[in-house]
Amino acid sequence: MRPPAHRAWPWVVLLVLLVAALTWVLQGYQLFQGTMVLCYAIALLGLNILTGYNGQISLGHGAFFALGAYAAAIAMEHGGLPYWASVPVAGLACLVVGYLFGRPALKLEGLYLALATFALAVAMPQLLKYKHLEAWTGGVGGIVLMKPDAPFGLPLSPDQWLFLYALVVTVVMFLIGHNLLSSGSGRAMRAIRDHAMAAEAMGVDSPHYKSMTFGISAAFTGVGGALSAIAVQFVSPDSFTMFLSISLLVGVVVGGLGTVWGAFFGALFIMFVPSFAESLSKAAPWAVYGVVLIAIMFAMPGGVVGLLRTTADRWKRRADQ
Amino acid sequence: MNEFLHQLLAGLATGGIYASVALALVMIYQATHHINFAQGEMAMFSTFIAWTLIQAGFPYWGAFAITVVLSFVVAAAIEFAVIRPMHNAPVLSVVVVFIGLLVIFHSLAGFLFGYTIKPFPSPFPADAWYGGSLMSAHEVGAIVVALGMVSLLFMFLRLTPLGLAMRAAAQNAASSRLVGINVGRMLMLGWGLAGAIGAVAGMMVAPVVFLDPNMMTGVLLYAFAGALIGGIDNPIGAVLGGFIVGVLENLLGTYVVGTELKLSVALVLIIAVLIVKPSGLLGKTIVTRV
Amino acid sequence: MTHLLEVRGLHARYGATQVLKGLDLDVAEGQVTALLGANGAGKTTTLRALCRFMVQASGSVTLAGERIDGRSTEQIAQLGVGHVPDGRGTFMGLSTEENLQLGAYARRTRSGVADDMERIYGYFPRLRERATQQAGTLSGGEQQMLAIGRALMGRPRLLLLDEPSFGLAPLIVKDIFSIMKRINREEKVSILLVEQNAKLALDLADTAYLLETGRVVLSGPSADMRRNDAVRRAYLGE
Repeated sequence: MRPPAHRAWPWVVLLVLLVAALTWVLQGYQLFQGTMVLCYAIALLGLNILTGYNGQISLGHGAFFALGAYAAAIAMEHGGLPYWASVPVAGLACLVVGYLFGRPALKLEGLYLALATFALAVAMPQLLKYKHLEAWTGGVGGIVLMKPDAPFGLPLSPDQWLFLYALVVTVVMFLIGHNLLSSGSGRAMRAIRDHAMAAEAMGVDSPHYKSMTFGISAAFTGVGGALSAIAVQFVSPDSFTMFLSISLLVGVVVGGLGTVWGAFFGALFIMFVPSFAESLSKAAPWAVYGVVLIAIMFAMPGGVVGLLRTTADRWKRRADQ
Repeated sequence: MNEFLHQLLAGLATGGIYASVALALVMIYQATHHINFAQGEMAMFSTFIAWTLIQAGFPYWGAFAITVVLSFVVAAAIEFAVIRPMHNAPVLSVVVVFIGLLVIFHSLAGFLFGYTIKPFPSPFPADAWYGGSLMSAHEVGAIVVALGMVSLLFMFLRLTPLGLAMRAAAQNAASSRLVGINVGRMLMLGWGLAGAIGAVAGMMVAPVVFLDPNMMTGVLLYAFAGALIGGIDNPIGAVLGGFIVGVLENLLGTYVVGTELKLSVALVLIIAVLIVKPSGLLGKTIVTRV
Repeated sequence: MTHLLEVRGLHARYGATQVLKGLDLDVAEGQVTALLGANGAGKTTTLRALCRFMVQASGSVTLAGERIDGRSTEQIAQLGVGHVPDGRGTFMGLSTEENLQLGAYARRTRSGVADDMERIYGYFPRLRERATQQAGTLSGGEQQMLAIGRALMGRPRLLLLDEPSFGLAPLIVKDIFSIMKRINREEKVSILLVEQNAKLALDLADTAYLLETGRVVLSGPSADMRRNDAVRRAYLGE
């Protein structure tokens, strides 16, 4: 894993400014799609921290996406919090839940952890519909939210403001993520992924790190979910089925496991490929989607970022010769 | 009391289906150390093939036999053409390929055979001597079939040289080649067997829940849970796990939480068991000297 | 005299790294031939190249008059080449017994498997005690015995032994080497032995080859090799 080298910062800033400029280029619905891509990117970064960098599988991150979305919705609807405060609150809630879930779940490895997390994903819609929680969750009907207006009377439509706001949150989350992954904690996480026994022998407190990683990963995905709730203006149990968890996993692998930039490619994939598949075949769109998935894995088992890196390495080697 | 017994036995009947699919999952897992997430959809597709043959006039057992053989061949072909090329790829990339297969089979089934629910015949006549008030003839038959398959498979894997070779190829492909085992052929054999077992499971469940593309989606999850609770490396464990999950699901649904939450609660209980016994009830913890 | 194994112009590489650069060697029927050399000389690679196992190899390999260099690893094993790899290659999750049974997998004649196992237990009584135990729990020395036994179950014409002394205590090594002498005589199986411990190897072998950076630099009867000054200084520490 290589976090962006310090020489790359000017390019990153340029990229962020270019994306920000899109606020005035894209129209209404496209802005919404752009915002959703950013939400998914944050969510995928969260999943990547767990799966790519710490080597733990999760088939249930859709549950944390849902949790973040509902936490934000409840904070705004019942707690009266403004939208910009509800996002960090959602993140915090997911951090706690993620850590608590991680603590017992960490005893399970590989497939068993996959099942446990999948159980979480399957249970979430059912829990959200549960009669006794209806007062808070709105039951089957969910909660309706209002899109915020641009602050300080800025000349931006709500869609435009939300896109910029999402971009700011994305940048902040990615900075946090980058710092985390290049720190000592990040190295400890990767050490656990690569050789848990050796890591423990070197004094890494594996159980604590694994639970903490789970919590942080959940927090990131929860923030993505919270943002998405505001963008969609609506949360309901059936928006967060197990297909979301599967999509997130697919996204993180297609983008590139163990890479930071993979989150963006994965988010683009999740957002646009299903409708692309539908445009190719009205009758069996998911069959096309499946073929696309398999083709991509054949062509680039390391995801998009993996492919870009191997190509770059090959060019570099050719240039050296 | 009679009601309880009835629910228990009904749970065993569905458990038999879960056990069969769990068996298929363990088959492929033992051979390749991968979980075939597309197993349910492949089984469903096989059942549709059988249905088509029966509609075309084939007698039940003829259609059954052809379907089983066809499923064996197609599964082996999938291993060769789709899974084998990925053998050097990271695990999660292979998982995504499985997801791709799942989605393709599901969508193709809908496209080719439609989404309307279809009845599927049972080979066990409703008035047979072994049926009764507590369990229908089909339920008894399905359980017997499941148990029969696992016995055959167990004997094959543990008592024959070919079965031993399959297990060896799964554990250590390099050393297997050194003793003359063609690892590729073992993989195809494992997949073929799983495909055949899945087809049988599909044909056993279709008469009960009726045939449609969504038939096996829930079953796969229960089968997966059953395989894990029994021990993913153990065919007997998988079958035991499948029965346990079937009974658990039914009893929970009837007496404790009702149908909406029974899936979540069942899974929570399973995870609780796994936390206490991480390799499953019958799973072998493989000791490695560091 | 035609040899059991004739190797001409063996080249081998791992990816882009060329390790063997044109090797010629012969193994006489019924004899023990040793491959000596320092770490990295290409000894293990030679054995792997003979079996087309984990390396890309080229060059002619003839076993009892038949060219085997175009075949796959499994086919070469079926033709009577038993390879005891470095690291033993034990099937950790299977029992000792099952490991031995696997050795007989490729045999054309299925009869006599039980008798062969008895004979292996005769050479290595410790394995009989551990017959139903999971092979991963056996000690290093026992796993080495198991690996040799497994190869012998295939009734091979040629036994390839890769660093049998590696990681084992001296007493165990002595034990294993004396058993191998017995096996060579009683089973009439030719042995190609790769060993870093030159003294042990030369004691056991009839002929020896010295490898350096992928090429044969010296060869001959082991008695001659033992007297050779360069060998004595570099490999026997004398």
